[in-house]
Amino acid sequence: MALRPGTVLYHLREAGLSIIRNGWLALASTGVVTVALLIFGGSLLFVLNTHHVIGDIESKVEISVFLKSNVSPRDVEALGTRLQQRPEVAEVRFISKEEALQIVKQDLGDKADLLAGMEKDNPLPDTYRVRTHRADQVAALAAEVATWPGVEQVRYGQEVVERLLAVTRWARLVGVGAMFFLAGAAVFLIATTIRLSVYARRREISIMKMLGATNWFVRSPFLLEGVILGLTGGLVAVGLTMAGYFPLVSVLESALPFFRLVSERQVLLPVFGGLVLFGLILGTLGSFISVHRFLKV
Amino acid sequence: MLQLYNVTKIYPNSIPALLDVSLRIQRGEFVFLVGPSGAGKTTLTKLILREELPTRGQILFNGKSITRLRPSEVPYLRRRIGVIFQDFRLLPNKTAYENVAFALEVTGASRREIRRAVPAVLARVGLADRAHLFPAQLSGGEQQRVCVARAIVNNPLLLIADEPTGNLDPENSWQLMRLFEEINRGGTTILMATHAWDIVDQMKKRVVALSHGRIVRDEQEGAYGYGA
Repeated sequence: MALRPGTVLYHLREAGLSIIRNGWLALASTGVVTVALLIFGGSLLFVLNTHHVIGDIESKVEISVFLKSNVSPRDVEALGTRLQQRPEVAEVRFISKEEALQIVKQDLGDKADLLAGMEKDNPLPDTYRVRTHRADQVAALAAEVATWPGVEQVRYGQEVVERLLAVTRWARLVGVGAMFFLAGAAVFLIATTIRLSVYARRREISIMKMLGATNWFVRSPFLLEGVILGLTGGLVAVGLTMAGYFPLVSVLESALPFFRLVSERQVLLPVFGGLVLFGLILGTLGSFISVHRFLKV
Repeated sequence: MLQLYNVTKIYPNSIPALLDVSLRIQRGEFVFLVGPSGAGKTTLTKLILREELPTRGQILFNGKSITRLRPSEVPYLRRRIGVIFQDFRLLPNKTAYENVAFALEVTGASRREIRRAVPAVLARVGLADRAHLFPAQLSGGEQQRVCVARAIVNNPLLLIADEPTGNLDPENSWQLMRLFEEINRGGTTILMATHAWDIVDQMKKRVVALSHGRIVRDEQEGAYGYGA
């Protein structure tokens, strides 16, 4: 079938009329597409951000050995030597409590005045930062060093990484599960909407067939109707996600300066584009099902 | 132009609607298909339009087998056959003009072709001044003439009319028949299923009589006949 502008306009007009005629059902199916994609988009952004944080942590996997505050300078030095003598240790760095305070101040940037007055009564401990040759040596070394005298606590990024990974696993599972369920519901609702459209226009369809309309000509307005419903749901979902996410980014930026959300365009654009595409696919799928089941031409 | 060879149509759980029907219609003929309700007239038109497939037998239209058409070829068959029904089947939300234009739109005709062809065909059926009225604003006779315009706007080889005068008064019926004769003179073959014995008797055309799914009579310049 030739795609003349007149024909395309005709199909668009018919699809639009159908959507208006179906009113509430069209609204409901678009709404479910929107909710499904909102959940999908939300969990996607969540997972994206946790991975961002994990990457940050993993890039500096080192063991922080916090010392007790009552350890004498001589013992502090002895501990450093003992660490350096371990074969798996690559590098040991000593950070005095004064240096630690400076680092925190730098991290906070222009909000450093929050820490004003802390120099007199510094709550931060002396710390050794230890790098191992290989990442899989971290856990065993950390466990051993924790038992040494004078050591208050041993921390390493892996713990946080593992906890974050557990959280993302769940987020991914719940998000994808809910998304599949809602996507199914959305396809079903769109299929029902299209089915009603076909039913409302069965007379017109029979006349079209009598006049020699091709199958695609008869089907196009209905397929287009589903596409419009799905696309609208996708665009609304993206709009809502953007309206929620960007304020969150700027709020977190000023409240927690060291915790930065992903806001690069080249990362977010595929996410939002994907949501719209996904809505389009849901709509096409729903109308395809109905057109093939209820429009025997 | 239209040939049926030993065509039988049996619907599930029913007596045969058509039984071993063979029929030859030449280009330019005007044929009445008569017979009581249930004789198989409507089944015959459905087979020609390939709304149904025959159980047995072969149908050729313009030298091509209808029964062997692929589904994708069916629309192109129907574009060469105009159809008119007793109940008009116009779209109520479109004007007379738009209803006729619709027949061209579904074939993907350009706007220019539509603007050229529709007024011409409406003038031909005598509705030039009624073009922008909706079916509800037109009389039964006028509505049926819109249907005729829609059926012939594609210049079909064959015009099938299934009891076209069934809902018309005698005057409108005769007006329609004069229109059919004129269309027929233009070269279009006409196959008209009807109960209207007075029309059949006066028109003196070929008459094919069906009874219980069989052709019982086929006469040139025939009459409706009695008991058929």
